[in-house]
Amino acid sequence: MLSNIGNALLFSNILLGISIIYFSFENLRNKEQRVSKKIYRLSLLQSTLIIICFFNLIAAFITSDFSIISVYQNSHSLKPFFYKVSGTWGNHEGSLLLWVIILTIFSFLFLIYNKSHPKNYRVYTLIVQNILILGFLFFILFNSNPFGVILPTPSEGLGLNPILQDPALAIHPPLLYVGFVGSSIYFSAAIASLITDYSDKLFAQSIKNWVLISWSFQTLGILTGSIWAYYELGWGGFWFWDPVENASLLPWFAMTALVHSLIALEKRKFLYFWVIILCLLTFILSVTGTFLVRSGILNSVHTFANDPSRGAYILIFLSLMIFASVLLFFKKFKTSNYNLNANSKETFILINNWFMIFYLITVLLGTIYPIFTEVLTDNKVSVGPPYYNTVIIPVVIFFLFFMAVGPQTKWIKNKFSNLNLLIKILFGAILINFVIIYLSKSYSLISNFIIISSIFLILSSLNDLYKTIKQRKIDLSRIISHSGFGFLILFIGLNYNFSLEKDLNLKVGEARKFENYLLEFKNLQLKDFKNYKAVVGEFKIKNLKENLELTLNPEIRIYESPNTITYEASIRTGILKDYYLTMSNIDRSEYYNIKFQKKPFMLWIWISVIFISLGGFLRLFKNEKNY
Amino acid sequence: MKKIIKLFVLILVIFIIGIFFISLNNSTRYDTKGLVGQKIKKISLDYFSENKKFTEVDLKKNNYTLINFWASWCGPCRDEHIFLLKLSKEKNLKLLGVNFKDKKNNALKFLNDLGNPYDNLTKDELGKQSVNFGIYGIPESILIDKELVILKKFTGPISEKDFRNIKSIIKK
Amino acid sequence: MKIKIIIFFIMLSLNFANAETKTIEQQKIFKNLRCLICQGQSVADSNSEFALTIKLVVRDQINEGKSEKEIYNFLIEKYGEWIVYKPSLNKTNFLLWFLPYLVFAVGGLIIFSLLKKREDT
Repeated sequence: MLSNIGNALLFSNILLGISIIYFSFENLRNKEQRVSKKIYRLSLLQSTLIIICFFNLIAAFITSDFSIISVYQNSHSLKPFFYKVSGTWGNHEGSLLLWVIILTIFSFLFLIYNKSHPKNYRVYTLIVQNILILGFLFFILFNSNPFGVILPTPSEGLGLNPILQDPALAIHPPLLYVGFVGSSIYFSAAIASLITDYSDKLFAQSIKNWVLISWSFQTLGILTGSIWAYYELGWGGFWFWDPVENASLLPWFAMTALVHSLIALEKRKFLYFWVIILCLLTFILSVTGTFLVRSGILNSVHTFANDPSRGAYILIFLSLMIFASVLLFFKKFKTSNYNLNANSKETFILINNWFMIFYLITVLLGTIYPIFTEVLTDNKVSVGPPYYNTVIIPVVIFFLFFMAVGPQTKWIKNKFSNLNLLIKILFGAILINFVIIYLSKSYSLISNFIIISSIFLILSSLNDLYKTIKQRKIDLSRIISHSGFGFLILFIGLNYNFSLEKDLNLKVGEARKFENYLLEFKNLQLKDFKNYKAVVGEFKIKNLKENLELTLNPEIRIYESPNTITYEASIRTGILKDYYLTMSNIDRSEYYNIKFQKKPFMLWIWISVIFISLGGFLRLFKNEKNY
Repeated sequence: MKKIIKLFVLILVIFIIGIFFISLNNSTRYDTKGLVGQKIKKISLDYFSENKKFTEVDLKKNNYTLINFWASWCGPCRDEHIFLLKLSKEKNLKLLGVNFKDKKNNALKFLNDLGNPYDNLTKDELGKQSVNFGIYGIPESILIDKELVILKKFTGPISEKDFRNIKSIIKK
Repeated sequence: MKIKIIIFFIMLSLNFANAETKTIEQQKIFKNLRCLICQGQSVADSNSEFALTIKLVVRDQINEGKSEKEIYNFLIEKYGEWIVYKPSLNKTNFLLWFLPYLVFAVGGLIIFSLLKKREDT
């Protein structure tokens, strides 16, 4: 029954989508002043029905209705409630439904929040957005339908992969989708703006909050993905430049460039066509990322199950999107006289975009390069962390300096009267770096530069804060985001240089001393849990320098449904550092492979990213208040 | 100038999308086919039961050698065993078995149950020697000639097709 | 002013005087090697049989005194370029390493020309 409801709702939404497009064209033709009430009602109905459809699927998961295929493939009656719910979107078909919900809700909300903007512009946005919605609805209905039926009804489900049963991973897709799926709305708005020649500052105002929303949520989405990887995947890292991770980062670069460019566009009609390119690019990158991740052409630890038919559909959809946007853009592009104010904030906004495009091209190139070499030269090449780190990190040094200096310049000619102050701050940063080296240990040349430049950004942001408070002009959003970024790079740099990793083989009862730690393998226990058995190791770590002792209990878990083995890291999170221990058995041996890691400032890395997104939310809140 | 940029962008987009389409049809299984054509230089494997070393000198005595990496704990190894037994009857081909990360008793039981096709049997208890052959999973097999040039590499169990392929190669 | 510059450079060099130079670190090598039977994990991060074997072989080679490059070349010879995460600098990978910087240079030129235009008007 739930399956029938689900399918009926999907089908209704297709009809609604088609009728919205039809009535929208009608509305455009008959030159009415306003958007017809019919369109509002249909749009509201569309959102309501898709939400009901989604809850319908959730209900199927909660009640463990195994006659429905996605429930059967991804759930189990013994799953904890919270993960039954999150299992709804933790699979390919269910997540597509999440795609459609965000596309639909954003479509409706954009319509009603833009009443002060021209009717034609809003209606064309609605049309394009609904074409996107229809595209995904057809994909769901004809290829990846979560409501497919299995007969006879299985008595039990196949279960949800245990590494997906994690709170961070549960909220990761919704956050991320508000991000890059949400970018669809300004993709549609950009096309509408091109068609209707709506190109002045008002266009920027129309989309700016939407860009802020998607950017802030995308940041949080990426964060939760990293947190999950750190706590669940057992390698102690939080970023691997894995294709799936890169797929979420690419739209983020475009969004960041867009957030900054909109600031300029709002003041002057300066960067209009560049803003359009960014709007189109963001969502194109989002769909490209989805294609790369779900088609199976890339090898990744995060991939969904592979199915070339999905890949083919998404690629066709993507190609149509790209050709339509590129051709329309070429048709409408007009060169205008760009009067760039040199030595002004506009220059620095361009600089931000310049760096963002560099990061974007690098990550995009690294991600798709193996695909090209394999097709063109039949030779498989890997592009991994060493590539990205080598290419990007040196550039970040300069980027941090520009981030510090840029916001302080004025919109029109800047006098650089604060050059003295900047030099003092630079001295301060170098001094602090020296103190760090003196108190702990020295590190590579590049690390020195990274640490100095990130501290420089942080100090200048603090100086900005001081000035802002003195002038009583409270605009914290930029300061919080920029300093958050500075802190992020600082803590990543410190974490990288002061981490300790030790990979060794031990058997029960053995101990090993390395650096100033003593690691003892105390004992091994077998424990039985609701849906898994665990081999739990007890390890004592003694920090001989600080005379501290703690116990870590890594596990090897054997699950039944589905039949998998996972390695659970034992993590002791602290204010200054995390201790991280994993244990895995070596076949046909009584030795266990132990990986011990000391990771400083992990907590602060997460907090820094929260700060970055917080700035976005604060700006959004301020915009809404002023509105 | 503008026309050139537009044309360039269009061609680039078509090129990228074209590559994506082509790669959709490619298989993703990795194969170390780069090994074919390489020459085996030095090898040193422990004999299974004796305290001797099997070296490349021993390999040169054969016209063709099929080096087969197997273990008692490996399921697919059982599937290919029948073809190995058939191949052991070939005059022109010698079989070198490398028992990979296995326990002696289990390996012997495996051979007792299913038959021993190997002219020479060696072992690689830690798996380190197999790295010299580019092995990354089992079963895997390598066909070499008298000059120790790698003619073919088989990842996974030897199939009927592989069996006939080997037979046709060693007839020359 | 001159004194400030001198102090600046002294401080800077004090920072860098102790900058560490590279030594062979097994973890670094493990992290640069792909576990061929895993779905996107390095040998350092993987618990698989293959990873354990490779770790043993690499440790042996480090003890024999082989350099990082020699170890990579050995493994590339046996397993193909796919096993190494850092793409080598050769004709095929030339584009990969240089295109980002080319884009960066082009971007810089565009901004520079925009700035120049302003100064001319």
